[in-house]
Formats: sequence, C-alpha cells, structure tokens
Amino acid sequence: MAYPPEFKYTKEHEWLAVEGTTGTIGITDHAQNSLGDIVFVELPKVGAELTAGKTFGTVESVKAVSDLFAPVSGTVVAINGELATSPEKVNSAPHSAWMVKITLSNPAEAGALLSVEDYEKFIAEEQ
Amino acid sequence: MILLGEVLPLSSNAESAGVRKTALNAAHRELGARMVDFNGWDMPVEYPANSSRKSGGLIAEHLSVRNSVGIFDVSHMGDIRLHGPQALQAVQHMTMNDAAHLAIGQAQYSALLYPTGTFVDDVLVHRLGEDDYLLVINAGTREKDLNWVRDAAKNFDCVVEDLSDHYTQIAIQGPNAWRTLQKLTDADLPKVKFYWFTHGTVSGLPNTLIARTGYTAEDGFEIYIPSDETTSVCVWKQLLGAGEEFGILPCGLGARNTLRLEGALSLYGHEISDIITPWEARLDRFLKMDKGEFIGHSALVNQKQRGPKNILVGLEAIDRGIPRDGYNVMDRGGRHIGYITSGSPAPFLKKNIALAYVPLEHSAEGTELSVECRSLHVKCKVVPTPFYKRPRRTPVAGSNALSDPAPAADSGALPETKQ
Repeated sequence: MAYPPEFKYTKEHEWLAVEGTTGTIGITDHAQNSLGDIVFVELPKVGAELTAGKTFGTVESVKAVSDLFAPVSGTVVAINGELATSPEKVNSAPHSAWMVKITLSNPAEAGALLSVEDYEKFIAEEQ
Repeated sequence: MILLGEVLPLSSNAESAGVRKTALNAAHRELGARMVDFNGWDMPVEYPANSSRKSGGLIAEHLSVRNSVGIFDVSHMGDIRLHGPQALQAVQHMTMNDAAHLAIGQAQYSALLYPTGTFVDDVLVHRLGEDDYLLVINAGTREKDLNWVRDAAKNFDCVVEDLSDHYTQIAIQGPNAWRTLQKLTDADLPKVKFYWFTHGTVSGLPNTLIARTGYTAEDGFEIYIPSDETTSVCVWKQLLGAGEEFGILPCGLGARNTLRLEGALSLYGHEISDIITPWEARLDRFLKMDKGEFIGHSALVNQKQRGPKNILVGLEAIDRGIPRDGYNVMDRGGRHIGYITSGSPAPFLKKNIALAYVPLEHSAEGTELSVECRSLHVKCKVVPTPFYKRPRRTPVAGSNALSDPAPAADSGALPETKQ
C-alpha cells in the first residue's frame, strides 16, 4: 500500500496529516500489518492534551497490544468513533481510518517528523 | 506505535544462531507467512491475505477451522517412542493417566510429573503395538522431556528412542478435515474414532500414522510423515489442494493459540508448569490416582488432602478491555488475588476470554472479578469451561448417512492436546 506523500511519519509508525492548525493522526500500513487483525482501539476524550512523543491511546490486535504515540502536541478536537465498532477499518484502510484530530499547539514540531521517503527507507531497513 | 507485549514474540529473525526450522519452512515463506521465533523454532504465526490468497490472517484462519478446515505445521512437536517388554510399566511409572486401558490404535491425554506432582509437560500417549508406545511432547520442552523420560525409564526393560526429527507433523483440523484428508488416503477415516489412530497410505506414502487428535477443540487429524523437505512440501501442498473446495487456509501459531484457548486446552508454561499440579489445573479427570505408583503420586495424595489453594478458572470480560497473559486478577475490593495464564479475544465466540489462577473461594461460577489491563480495570466474571464446545453433528433425518459419515468423531468432550 502506498504511503501518502503529503503525510508526515514517526519511527513509531504513526502518520500525521496537517491542514492549517489541525492535525489528523493514524497508524501506518506497516503498523497494521505487523499487528495483524485489530480488535480494539482505545482513544482519549475530546479535550485531552497530547504531548509529542507521549502515549495517547492503545491499539490491540488479537495477539498484541501497542501504545499510540503522539507525533506532535495538541488538544484533541475529535476522535474517530467508528473505530469503537469497526476497529478492522484500521487494517483495511490504515491511511484513511484516522484515530484523533487535534489542534496543534506547536506546529513547528511537525518539521521534526519523517518525510514519506525517509519513512519508507526506515521501514525497509527495519525489516 | 510500539509493540508492548504479545503472546508470541514479533521478531522475525530466522537467521540468528540456533533457530530451528521445520521441513516446511520454505513453504511457509512462499505463502507469505509472518514468521516468529517460537521456543527456538522459526514458525509461522499467521498467513496474511495477499494477492494469491484472498482470505488470511489470524481471525480468518481461526474461523476456517471452526467452520470448515485449516492445516497447521506442528513438526516442532517432539516424538518419543518407548518399546520393549516393560514399556507399559515405564509409561505407567512416568505418566499420570492410566495407559493400561489403552488398546492398540488408541491415544490418551496424559502428563509427565515431577515428584512434587507438578508438570514436566503434558503429552499424548499413543499405543502403537503390544509393548510399543509413542509420546508426543511439546516443542519448547523437547530436550528436558527426553532426558526426563530416559531417566524415568532407566529401571525398566525398554528402549527410549527420540523420533522427533524423523517426522513432519501436520494437523488437519475442522469439520471438513476428514473430507480433505480422505482425498489423499485409502484409510477409512470416518471409522477412526476420536482419540484413536490408524495407519494408511497418504499421498502415496505407505504406513503413515493418522491420528484423530488435535489442539483446536474441533474434529481433525494429525499425520506423521517423513521429515525430508521434498516429501513434506508435497503433502502440505496436496492438502491445500484437496481442501480448496472447502476454503481451506494454512493456519499459524496465532490461530492455534486462540483455538485452543476457546477450548480451554492447557498450554505448557501457561496453565501448566513446574509449579502447578493437575488438581490446580483441573486436569484430574486424566489423573488416575488408583492405577498404582507413578512419579508425583505421593505429593498429589498430600495435596488432595489439603485441597489446592488456587484453581484454574475461565473468565469472560464484561467491560470493554482484553485480559491477556500475565495480567493481575483482583477481587471486587481491589485486592490482588491471582493472575491470567492465557487471555485473548476469542475470534469465534466474539468475546474476550481468559484462563486464570484464583483462590478457591473466588472460583465459583458467576463470581465477579476485575483484571488489571494496563491502565484499565476490566470487570470479568467466572464462567464454565470450555468456553467453546464443538457441536455434535448428527446426520439430518432423511439424508444419506453416507454423505456425512463423520459421527465417529463425536465421542465426547475429550480435551485435545497440545501446544
């Protein structure tokens, strides 16, 4: 599956899409593929504060538990409620099945994230 | 995202020193399997869907076994043969079940115990002939078991042979397992009862051991074929071909674990170990205290008199949250009282289930407990086990009995082994 070139990526396999001051966060195809069938996504509440590099939720597959790490800091303005009932969407469409939307508190943080080229290189080396 | 904990480790590091491979290793990789180091073996954990296989992954594999058929490479399991004039006495001395009642062609679930009454391993004992037995043991305990069996047999007139590397063992499991395997063998499979075995030609290989056993809580067979790669891959591929009309899937250790957990079948290192006794693990129906002396007997007499303090129970999550291996169990007052031995989402039952050791006074059905699932406290209740019991498949009235001749499998709820 192609990695959208307009996204930014983390070494923990989250993606970030920025539009103005709003950031949308999800996990990458590589992440869902290593996890296997996803059955449970635990997300913060609207209004929660995320700090770059800190955990903000968990994703569970049948056999694994993973923390979600915030790529950047901000305040949660929306969570993808669909994932409560259809967590498998993360497997079938990882780059559109977003987890949270936040208002960025420090947009400059996004500059430190990986570009699509860097991320693809990173996962190729990791394998 | 960082992987925190898994039932099976994620590393796919097959090249590291000392990792063993089965004869089907290349076949798994060709199918696109995700491989893991499992007790020193490079084994498939699941076979994700890909361009050539529309369906795949742990949940699809699990459901294919419940609804139709799946195959597993279980060649990492060990095989120990005991034969000679005192083979039965040796087996009786080293196992907890009563092998004296086994007919030739019959198998039983049993276990090897330490003098303390705790588990060396659980085993399947097959009676091959008059004074001839085959013990099928776990992968992770092969060397330990072999040494232990050799030592336990040393005062008996019998020969102990390690046949582990001689066989590729393939499990064909699910309600269509017999239909799949029947295409490749002259053995009359519907005549083989559950926990019995026969010998027949499979894929042209004469005298192949075909046992109606498994570790999935489903009907199925396990076959033992020569372990050279050419033969092994040929049979594996023929099975996949024979099962195609039934939607057969190759299944990995991930599905093997969730299938056995739904059936509440014990896994060494989890429900049973060298600190757990059969009373605690609720395996006493396979413990024959009155068969005569065996290793562990006197310790078990003592424990029975005292009564076990902790006991294995089934838990079902009431709240959202997934109890997993190693998580703590609390009573309703928040006091730490026990731990989860195996816990997972159950793909067929669509519940989150677990097996846990808790004090006897908290083990009654319906008791509410809570499990510390990382930051969450997930409310659970004690439920009867097995969580899943396969339906009896009685022939439909008026149907041709020959069209579904599988009733021999439905001879009750014997647990199946093994890891």
